[in-house]
Parts: sequence; C-alpha cells; structure tokens
Amino acid sequence: MRIIDTKEIADKIYRMALKAGVKLTEDCKEALEKAKDNESGGAAKFALKTLTENCRIAEINGLPVCQDTGMAVILIEIGQDVFLTGEPLDEAVNGAVRKAYADGYFRKSVCDPITRKNTGDNTPAVIHTHICTGEHIEITFLPKGFGSENMSALYMLKPAQGVEGIINAIVNTVEKAGSRPCPPVYVGVGIGGSFDTCAYLAKKALTRKIGSHSNREDIAEIEKVALEKINALNIGCQGFHGKTTALGVSCEWAYTHIAGLPVAVNIQCHCVRCEKAVL
Amino acid sequence: MIKLNLPVDKKEIKKLHAGDSVLLSGTIYTARDCAHKRLKEMIERGETLPFDLNGAFIYYAGPCPAKPGYASGSCGPTTSARMDAFAPLLLDEGLGGMIGKGEMSAEVTDALVRNTGVYFAAIGGAGATYGRAIIKSELVAFPELLSEAVRRLEIADFPAVVAVDCYGKSIY
Repeated sequence: MRIIDTKEIADKIYRMALKAGVKLTEDCKEALEKAKDNESGGAAKFALKTLTENCRIAEINGLPVCQDTGMAVILIEIGQDVFLTGEPLDEAVNGAVRKAYADGYFRKSVCDPITRKNTGDNTPAVIHTHICTGEHIEITFLPKGFGSENMSALYMLKPAQGVEGIINAIVNTVEKAGSRPCPPVYVGVGIGGSFDTCAYLAKKALTRKIGSHSNREDIAEIEKVALEKINALNIGCQGFHGKTTALGVSCEWAYTHIAGLPVAVNIQCHCVRCEKAVL
Repeated sequence: MIKLNLPVDKKEIKKLHAGDSVLLSGTIYTARDCAHKRLKEMIERGETLPFDLNGAFIYYAGPCPAKPGYASGSCGPTTSARMDAFAPLLLDEGLGGMIGKGEMSAEVTDALVRNTGVYFAAIGGAGATYGRAIIKSELVAFPELLSEAVRRLEIADFPAVVAVDCYGKSIY
C-alpha cells in the first residue's frame, strides 16, 4: 500500500492547469501546421496562419491560447492500493484549480445555471474519479471551452441503425455545428454504455492523442470513415471552407443494453489543451 | 489586406465584401450574453445606454484578466449565434456592426442590409493574438458581470474577415 497526501495531487494539478492554459498539445500543434500547409489560399489559410502564430504568441508571453480557459475537467484514476490522506480529494482539487486560474490570469467561466451568477474562481471543477489497479494515480487535466461543448450531442440510436447510424450521428453533429465550435474540431465519440457513461466516454476520447486509433479494428474503421466524411463537408477552418474541418475523430466504447445503441459526440475546438501526469 | 479604423462610416462599409481579409484598428466595445440581455432591457425601458450605440462596433468577447504589464488578457471572439436574438434590435438602434465568430441568423443578415452594417469574423481561438492587439481596455458598464462586463477597447491591427457584408452576402 502507498500513502499519498491529497496535497501532492493538488500541487500536480496546479502545475498542469497553468501549463494547459497557455500551451496546446504537441499533436494538436502538428495537426494545425499540417492543415495550414494543406490549404492553398483564401480565408481558411489566413485563419490557420493566424492560429499557428497565435500558439507562438501565447507561449512566448505566457498568455492563454484562447480566452476561454474552460471548465476544468479532471480525470483521476486511483490505484486501489493507494491510501489517500489529508484534505478531502475534491476540496484539494478545487483548491488547486482556484489558485491556478487566479495565478495564471485565466478567465473564470463557471456560473450558476439559473441565476447565471459567476462563482468568481472557476470552481467547482468537473472531477471524474475511477479506481484502477496498482498503487499509482493517473491525472488528466482538460480545460474545456464551451463554444465547442455547446455543439455536442447525445443520441439514443436503435440497434438496427448500427455502424452506419453511428457514423451519420458523428458527421451530422459536426455538419450542424458548422462554423460555431471553432473548426477544425477534434471529435470525441462515446459508443455504447448507458446514457451517462456514453457521454463520459466521449469526453475521455478527447484525452487521446490526435491521430491515434482505437485498438479495435472495427472501431478504428469508424474513426477513419467519419473523419473522411467530415473533411468532405467543406466547412473548413472557422467555417471559411477548406480541406480540414476536423483534425481527428476518436471513439471509446463500452458494452450496452440489447435494446440500445447510445452514441455521444463531444466536440472539441482546435485549441486542444490536455495535460497528463502519473504520481 | 484592407486596413480599417473603427468606427467606420457607411460609405466605407459599402466597400467591404464577404471574404475580404481586414486588419481592424480603433475603438470597439465588448459585450456578450449577459450584457446583451441587460442592454436590451435598458432599451425596452427607454434608458440611456452605457455607451453611444450610434455607429459603434460590438465585439462578442469576454477577456481573461490582464497580466501585470499587459493592457489586456487574451481576448478572442465568442460564438456570435448566441447573440442572434439581440443583434437586429441593436443594429436598428444604430449599432454599426459586430465582430464575433461563426454564422449568425438570417434575421441578423436582414438587419445588416437594412442598416448598412457589417459583421466581421475574428479568428476564434486566437485569444493571445487579440489580447496583444489591444492597446487599452477600460471598464464601461456592469462590473459585476466580471469577464462579461462591457469594456471599451482600443485596438491595433486585429486580424478579421468580412463574414456578412451590407449586401447580405455571407462567407459561410
């Protein structure tokens, strides 16, 4: 058994949050450069040039890449041989988020859903904890902007709709979103499970590297076909038309009920900010 | 590349066409969801607005706080479609145009045509670039809305694209 103080987790999350706000993932930067090189001209090329230059400006100045520094979504896998001590985990994590968003000069975007009153410190964070084997803790920090979150959708398909139905759901969601979620987007898809787990799987899919593939051949094929169809939509960067509407499609799956086929499509804008660490 | 100094008069707006790349300088005002709701309520109550709408440009944006030594924090555009319900009213009340990102409704296009207005698309996600292009940022109204407050911005060389021109033509 290993004893870990939640302060250690909080310190790590604080540093991850500060870094995530000002830096895109390497795979996202590469994908944007590639998209820029693929466009021959016009407004889409102009927009992609602005975006790749923006990454440099953000890193040099230590400024948030995008002013929507998001809701702090944090996935924590806790080994079952870990014994946590100290402050309750949720409080420690929220403390780290509160401090990082203040010290990083990040925008505080969390509010009451009815009164719309801002909590003022970007907490509470969205915290998903899961128990895994071992005596380590895996942390993923994903600041999630809402221009793209707003364009996400969950479908309860009929089993008969099958793979074709899944692909249509993915492509239609991106098509309907059009220019609004800041394309080129990264598309996280949950397939199966129940209503709630399906949405979680779609979010989890966004923590995968852009360009990575499912280790299931049939699902990797769905990712490939959906991406091709999305990029044939000609929405392009910012909706200015062009070859790249999505940087990637990642699908995660779970067993589901004989009567159902849940499909969740979580849209991520081109500002993919995702930090991972193991304690 | 067309350089414009905001606010621009109708004569200049008539020269702009959907798809044109522009660099914007001059004075603009930030306002997003909550601020728009309040502006609409003030117009309905016949109250004086916190800034002169006549010919002004609204930027759909809510910046990050400014770091010491910086005029503004990151400040890219937010999704304009959420302001579809408010833009026609403001254009009819004298607003010159808007800066945001993404498609807006047909009603907004009609209001742009009716009032010879223009809708510019800034590049969504380029928050650091726009933050650095802000020379001055002053609080104008609704400080309790925090990042959603109305601010007067002095900007220099904001990259944007004419999204919907005064003839009703759209880049989308």
